[in-house]
Amino acid sequence: MSAVVVVGAGIVGAACAHSLSAAGAEVIVLDRGSVASGTTSRGEGNILVSDKEPGAELELARLSRDAWLEVGEELGRETLELEEKGGVVVAASPEALDALSSFAAAQRSAGVTALDVAEPRELEPHLRAGLAGGVLYPEDMQVQPVLAAAAMLEAAQRRGARFVAGADVVAGVRDASGRLTGVRTSAGEVIGADAVVNAAGTWGAQVSERLGGPVPVLPRRGFILVTEPLPPMVRHKVYSADYVANVSSSEAGLETSCVVEGTRGGTILIGASRERVGFDTTLDVDVVSTLASQATALFPFLERVNLLRVYRGFRPYCPDHLPVIGPDPRVPGLFHACGHEGAGIGLAPGTGRLIAHHVLGGGPLAPEVAARFTALLPDRFVQEA
Amino acid sequence: MPLSDLPPDGVVIVGAGPAGLACAATLLDQGDTFVTVLDAGSGAGGQYWRQPAPPADSSDPGALRPDAMRGLHHDLGTFAELRSRLEAGQAAGRASLLTDHHVWTVVAAEGGHVVHAVDRSGGPGRERAVELRARHLVIATGAHDRSLPFPGWDLPGVLTAGGLQALLKAGDVALGPRVAVGGTGPFLLPVAAGLADRGATVVGVFEANSPTRWLRELRAVAANRTKLAEGAGYAATLLRRRVPVRTRTMIVEAHGRERVEAVTVARLDASGHPRRDTHRRIEVDAVGVGWGFSPQLDLAVTLGCALTADASGTPVVQVDEWQRTSRSGVSAAGEACGVGGAALAVAEGRLAARGIVGASASDAETAGLREEVARLRAFAAAMHRAHPVPAGWADALRSETVVCRCEEVSAGTVRHAIAERGATDARQVKQLTRAGMGWCQGRVCGHAVELLAGGGSGSPAERLVSTPLPLGVLASRKSRAM
Amino acid sequence: MSTFRFDDVSIPFRDGQSVGAALVAQGILSWRTTRLEGRPRGLFCGIGICFDCLVTVDGVPSQRACLVRARDGLDVTTQEGSGYAAE
Ligand SMILES: Cc1cc2nc3c(=O)[nH]c(=O)nc-3n(C[C@H](O)[C@H](O)[C@H](O)COP(=O)(O)OP(=O)(O)OC[C@H]3O[C@@H](n4cnc5c(N)ncnc54)[C@H](O)[C@@H]3O)c2cc1C
Ligand code: FES
Repeated sequence: MSAVVVVGAGIVGAACAHSLSAAGAEVIVLDRGSVASGTTSRGEGNILVSDKEPGAELELARLSRDAWLEVGEELGRETLELEEKGGVVVAASPEALDALSSFAAAQRSAGVTALDVAEPRELEPHLRAGLAGGVLYPEDMQVQPVLAAAAMLEAAQRRGARFVAGADVVAGVRDASGRLTGVRTSAGEVIGADAVVNAAGTWGAQVSERLGGPVPVLPRRGFILVTEPLPPMVRHKVYSADYVANVSSSEAGLETSCVVEGTRGGTILIGASRERVGFDTTLDVDVVSTLASQATALFPFLERVNLLRVYRGFRPYCPDHLPVIGPDPRVPGLFHACGHEGAGIGLAPGTGRLIAHHVLGGGPLAPEVAARFTALLPDRFVQEA
Repeated sequence: MPLSDLPPDGVVIVGAGPAGLACAATLLDQGDTFVTVLDAGSGAGGQYWRQPAPPADSSDPGALRPDAMRGLHHDLGTFAELRSRLEAGQAAGRASLLTDHHVWTVVAAEGGHVVHAVDRSGGPGRERAVELRARHLVIATGAHDRSLPFPGWDLPGVLTAGGLQALLKAGDVALGPRVAVGGTGPFLLPVAAGLADRGATVVGVFEANSPTRWLRELRAVAANRTKLAEGAGYAATLLRRRVPVRTRTMIVEAHGRERVEAVTVARLDASGHPRRDTHRRIEVDAVGVGWGFSPQLDLAVTLGCALTADASGTPVVQVDEWQRTSRSGVSAAGEACGVGGAALAVAEGRLAARGIVGASASDAETAGLREEVARLRAFAAAMHRAHPVPAGWADALRSETVVCRCEEVSAGTVRHAIAERGATDARQVKQLTRAGMGWCQGRVCGHAVELLAGGGSGSPAERLVSTPLPLGVLASRKSRAM
Repeated sequence: MSTFRFDDVSIPFRDGQSVGAALVAQGILSWRTTRLEGRPRGLFCGIGICFDCLVTVDGVPSQRACLVRARDGLDVTTQEGSGYAAE
């Protein structure tokens, strides 16, 4: 049996612990804070296939979607607030609809269910009139990220995993051959391991450096608006087609295109902007106002609805906008599972399985399935450097 | 008022209570900058000098008049003087008082800050977004009642102590006829005295702490004789009105179906736990409970101002000898720097103003103000030490007692998140249970949840939006700019 | 004396009073029910902090009765749950 240290108790670390413990590993999860104290508590909980173009990330999203349903079976959908609500992408103009249609066509050929919708108001009666059209993605889902991370971590603990909150990992411990044999915390404690998983999210670059195998992970700021509680008025995740362009964009500036969705608690979430401004925590009123004006343009009834809260988070992104998942070729015993940008919630359980596969050499995934994710391996950053 | 109408180098004061008004008056006396005072209320005065809204028709004989409220206020002379100085400033084109303007956020900008407010003066559905530039910003946002849950506390007719007083001061309504006042702190006395004076039957003031705790604070008391006289005045009223004051006693439950009908009170044992064998049921029509006050820190936290803890461990804004915060161009005065009463707030407001105009540290007035602030702060610290929340405050909570009133989260759910799911502070409890996620954003339940989690007052909640505003109002900012 | 409507009754008020103060003066202590359990609520903090006193004013839901100033002819209605009709 191998001992695995997972650094980070966000959604990704929790999913890794969940999969690793299921496959029989002895797991210790370390977090400098508590469960979900990083970006996981700052996101929206969208589990989307709709916003991904064909490629490794879409494959991971599809793997994760199935995995989410299994997690829901195991731990109870209620516990996670997992809902198969579906996503509706709407286009304001005929040009936008053309772009959306060809995007959806490519997704269909990769196995995604995407249904053309002539009148989006038949699905969402409170949308504004006069939209050019839309696409329904029935596979899109939603989860409450903190509840999901806590539940997966608790399930791992029931299988014998340990969780240590307040443990900041400051260095790796290596043997003479250079193999990672454990980590050292700021309290000076050394925790031995056969494998160490870097699931430190937006702080993944820092942790990777401390463990001797640096990978580039940067922060991308996002604001989310939360309204007063309402009866169900928005049934799906609704967003405008420009979102598709923004997600994959690598421009440095601000991009906003709002996603509007209802929650179990009755509030409506409007998110999220994307900016590269480092870890700047200040509120940007213009960004927040832009999100408000986009949301009210989609759903006019929102004009009178009160904004109660704005929160922000820093998405972990790699320069090529793909997560980094797999063994570090430079440091035996080190595995990375970070850089999921705006999709870490959705991609978490697939990542957990992939990591269990890499760490335990086999595990839950068939080799031909694992082979679809070579584009996510850390090697791409090592070769570059 | 559109942005361009305001001089770009003005001082903007958030809050027209004692601290904000004193700051404005001193700025107008000593400096030559333009002063803007914003307040969410319908007039100047804040919580302490709370007034009815100015009458729409001044000839209406039925309208409420501030003078009618005279007996309820302390030191109204100071209020009248400060307000008239602000009015003179307004008349001279040097000052502006924006009431019904709630600041929802503040952002650092080139050469100062931009203050974002929502103007509610047009009434429901007609709110407007307003922005002001501030060369210097003064946070004088005061405090609100601190509440702790108990069974029945969500029944209609159970209010905070401050809520009862606000009804009296601003509405001339004495809730009753039979009313119980409970919690801790000297503030309970004026609330009870005011109600009794207006004809309510105050069935008792139930103070959780013992007056003997003040014996350890004689130095602070001796240095603040006016405070003593003020307290003695209220005590005399209560005596005259035959209002029983029960110490080491707390209200442990409110009873009723559609509204409060009775309370149960209990004596506290030596370690601060209510004794079951002392339960006594009293019929009432209304209840006011207050456990001191929580400073309103939203703007300061959003700006990243350094905080410190007061004598009770409550986070407050950290200020230097000129009331300047750790952020340049931002001062704070009054309860935001620690709850201590109106006289302290006035002194701090004046000191903040002198700091802004660059007064000399060695002039007699500054030295006098500093001495006054130190003396009153010492008294405030003594008060915090003499009136802690008793250890057994939560003994009476049942598992079904509501803790978060907005999201209707029960004590049992909160305790489960702490005991079974490892939550150690209010933020984690919130994310696991929704306690604190509703309309009030944890302003009411936050302290209790923090105490239940064993954390006491750790780091305060971050609220980037300090008051709700319609999305359309926010969106209109964008269309205007484009 | 000036009055406003509260559901089907006419509520007198003194100029300067809030809607909440005027209702309480008439012995009306609650004017809202909660979203989840339908519990009655009225004033709690009295100063705009707690949002327990929400009421629908002139058709606009979720106004704080303790802050909204009473005006002649105002149309105030009990608020159930969120104050918005479900679809
Ligand atoms: C505004 C916004 C909206 C979003 N919306 C969505 C969405 O709808 N759907 C979706 O799928 N994703 C969304 N995301 C992205 C998603 O939140 C992230 O991709 C995801 O949370 C990343 O999870 P993680 O576990 O990798 O990181 P985190 O949750 O940040 O976890 C990393 C953990 O590592 C710990 N850590 C760091 N350094 C150390 C150390 N030295 N020692 C010990 N512990 C350490 C941290 O304390 C933290 O708990 C959104 C993000 C933002 C900002
Ligand atoms: S009574 Fe608390 S907001 Fe009105």
